[in-house]
Amino acid sequence: MDINDKIIDAYVRNKVEFITTVPCKQLGGVIEKAEAHPDIYHIPSNKEDEGMGLCAGAFMGGKRSSIIMQNTAIGVTINTLVTLTQYYRMPLPMLISYRGELGEPVACQAEMAVHTKALLAQLNIPTYHFHKQADAEEFDKILQYTFMCNKPVAILTDASFWGGY
Amino acid sequence: MIRSDILRELAPTIKGTLTVMNIGLPSQEMHMIDDQPSNFYMLGTMGLASSIGLGLALAQKEKVLVVDGDGSVLTNLGTLPTIANNVADNYVLLIIDNGSYGSTGDQPTYAGGKTKLEEVAKACGCENVVTCKAEDTVQAVKDALAGDKMTIIVAKCESGNIKVPVITMDPVVIRHRFMETIKERNA
Repeated sequence: MDINDKIIDAYVRNKVEFITTVPCKQLGGVIEKAEAHPDIYHIPSNKEDEGMGLCAGAFMGGKRSSIIMQNTAIGVTINTLVTLTQYYRMPLPMLISYRGELGEPVACQAEMAVHTKALLAQLNIPTYHFHKQADAEEFDKILQYTFMCNKPVAILTDASFWGGY
Repeated sequence: MIRSDILRELAPTIKGTLTVMNIGLPSQEMHMIDDQPSNFYMLGTMGLASSIGLGLALAQKEKVLVVDGDGSVLTNLGTLPTIANNVADNYVLLIIDNGSYGSTGDQPTYAGGKTKLEEVAKACGCENVVTCKAEDTVQAVKDALAGDKMTIIVAKCESGNIKVPVITMDPVVIRHRFMETIKERNA
């Protein structure tokens, strides 16, 4: 099964019905599948903090939500993660393309890559790193874990995971 | 009229309506005037009231009112295209436009200058945009809540603040009682 289908299947199995996205080249396939799936309301955001606001509202309205974004967004969303998602204790699985890792052609991406895990650790955000496609087997359990503990949870997916650029 | 005058007049009309209150003084004022479990108070995260309200409106059937401000909408200006392109007819966004960042000491916003948020909203594709004077706000909100069309209201008022206590309620309590109200309404 295609990796994008596997990810979307896990979302649907875990009743995640509201997904917001800010695109990344690596995430194009999964965003397309989210848009096409009849059980998912896909709402593109203009900025990731806006997306986290949408997810907070959807969650309070009874729909499990998730954000799909690039790791550069960690720099954009720290205040939102701390004062909205964590402060009000809301679950938020964040499927994140981990740009700036091995195989990265754009030098500037390495600049945020070196801060990504440190920032997530500083925020006490449980963080998983998918490097090989087999790692995605855990995605289902990570979603269950996120909705069990009501926390934002990061799933970093690097270029090797997605099969290069 | 200043924002707190509008909120005082508005309180009986929106009692029980699922309402997302903007950060800072708007939340504190509404909390002092008429605290309701159907109110969600933002204690942080400037700019996201309209986004939280939209997510909520899209996720369930009950009417949702967002009481926002010009400064906060400018902070999260990307919200207007998202609202326009994801029409939720149970969504009413009230932007109290006093041309200033009230909670931080009434520094002027660009909405008090050349920028007209009602025109920005229309340019973003919002189809039902109402502009009103402060004293007509209650009627505009009543009409919007009675209708079945997504509505953006820009209510123009004077800048100025009253003294209000901060909200000391725990955020999890605010969220829990709000969610319980939402569940009851949708049952």
